Amino acid sequence: MPIHDQSYRHYGGGRAPVGRSWLIIAWAGIWTFLRKRAFLGLLFGSLIPFLVRAAQFWGSANMPQLASLAPDASTFRRFLEYQSFWVFVITVYVGAGLIANDRRANALQIYLSKPLMRSEYILGKLAVLFSFLALVTLVPTLLLLLLKVAFDGNFTFLKNNLFLIPAITISALLQVLLASFTMLALSSLSKSARYVGILYVGITFFTSAIYGALYAITGSSRVSWISIGADLEQVVDVIFRLKPRYATPWQVSLLVIVGLIAVSISILERRVRGVEVVT
Amino acid sequence: MDAVVQLDDVTVIYGKNQALKHVSAKFAKGAVGLLGPNGAGKSTMLKSLLGFVKPDQGRMTVLGLDVAQAPLAIRARIGYMPESDAHIPGMNAVTFVGYCGQLAGLPAADAMQRAHEVLYYVGLGEARYRNVETYSTGMKQRIKLAQALVHDPDLLFLDEPTNGMDPKGREEMLELVRDLGHNKGVSLILSSHLLPDVEYTCDHVVVMDKGQIATQGPIDELKGPAGRVYELRIKGDLRGFLDVLAGQGMQTQATDEDVMRVFVPDTLGNHQAIFKAAAAFGVQVRHLRPSLPTLEDVFAKAVGEE
Repeated sequence: MPIHDQSYRHYGGGRAPVGRSWLIIAWAGIWTFLRKRAFLGLLFGSLIPFLVRAAQFWGSANMPQLASLAPDASTFRRFLEYQSFWVFVITVYVGAGLIANDRRANALQIYLSKPLMRSEYILGKLAVLFSFLALVTLVPTLLLLLLKVAFDGNFTFLKNNLFLIPAITISALLQVLLASFTMLALSSLSKSARYVGILYVGITFFTSAIYGALYAITGSSRVSWISIGADLEQVVDVIFRLKPRYATPWQVSLLVIVGLIAVSISILERRVRGVEVVT
Repeated sequence: MDAVVQLDDVTVIYGKNQALKHVSAKFAKGAVGLLGPNGAGKSTMLKSLLGFVKPDQGRMTVLGLDVAQAPLAIRARIGYMPESDAHIPGMNAVTFVGYCGQLAGLPAADAMQRAHEVLYYVGLGEARYRNVETYSTGMKQRIKLAQALVHDPDLLFLDEPTNGMDPKGREEMLELVRDLGHNKGVSLILSSHLLPDVEYTCDHVVVMDKGQIATQGPIDELKGPAGRVYELRIKGDLRGFLDVLAGQGMQTQATDEDVMRVFVPDTLGNHQAIFKAAAAFGVQVRHLRPSLPTLEDVFAKAVGEE
């Protein structure tokens, strides 16, 4: 008789209630990327602008000769705008394969044969990208605001610019959600992460190029709604109480953003299934 | 019959193609084979039971739960081994199986312990730290079984589990399936187009053809009683002798070679009736032995093959 029975045994332990699987999916996805050195390098790179700004805030608060560098509300807006580059890079790096790789490996039927809903799967995947994008937008921008208060040693700046907290939060969330949903939807359309990445880059640059060409022809920025990047800039300008940079009404830009997110959700609903039915 | 799965008048339509046509079936507790040629609707039935495909008509219950009402409760109690290669990319075997256990509701520590156990059980113990993407076809089949077993399901759906396996691997996989169904108290539905696989591992069978149930029941019952069908080869006037046998009420069926199958009715007794007829007609009996009914006979009869 063997010392240890390596045959099949029944499980007598507890089971978690349904509805938490998205956390497991999210954590597994986050951990997968955190183990990659290249990605850690990317995350560190995205923190450099934050460190530069933090140094600027410290200098302006503690060195009178650098007082001209003191931040105002628009500084936070500009910081978020600069972080768009990192949002773009991380979206492509992390997001392209999130669903595409699962489709390539037929993993969807494994996932969906477990007690989890399709929405949980999508939420889990979304949480992976959302977490990293929030880490390069929302978190450092709010931290900068905190550092400003800390370096000043008083709440005067915060009291005078209290709108910055919701402005930063809403702007960053808008940026992160738009990138996350659109990339996830594209990822669900293909089995190739590389193709998805190229498609995302193509759509981003193509819409900007079309707008650029139309602007050159008409001389008006009323068609800026064509560019996804311009839509975001326009809405975020308004959120930060700045003068919008394009002639397109900000409501139109917001409508385009919301529409893109809605279309992405619709694509995800159709594409994330346990079986692909070809009729 | 104590049914673990029941389908009542289920119809599934893909575009213009009716994959399942008014299917009503019961799957008994234990090991049940789901037999049928390619395109018969076996995989569609399994995917409907999993909730992947919504039927256009009909009602299905799994383990007493309505598929339309409680799909998550059902999936918590079943394991599914898909037909095609399937894994979570970028994971080694033990991480993959443990992850599947967690998705099925097991706490992380328990899921990891179960992952090690089931990987040993399916014969992948030594390869459990290898990335699944480097596995051979046979190993990929085993890991699919492991992920289906990790949460200790009450019912297993196995879709063509021996696909692409070498003879030794196939034999081992069938042993595992048989062990699960007969010794470990796990009910299972084995979908396959390979009759020997089903005959070896299952006690019941549901035969499908063109989206419909051709026949269903315990394999032994469907095979019919042994000993009244004989394999026969003669020397002499074959056509005339066939007429004689038919005249006495014995049914005959030609096989691939020159051997025919003869059914002797109860009223005529046993093989002596064939000897008597041969002697009376003047032909030599060169070969006569009882023909054991096989699942192949059941299948051929059910799907109308000669």
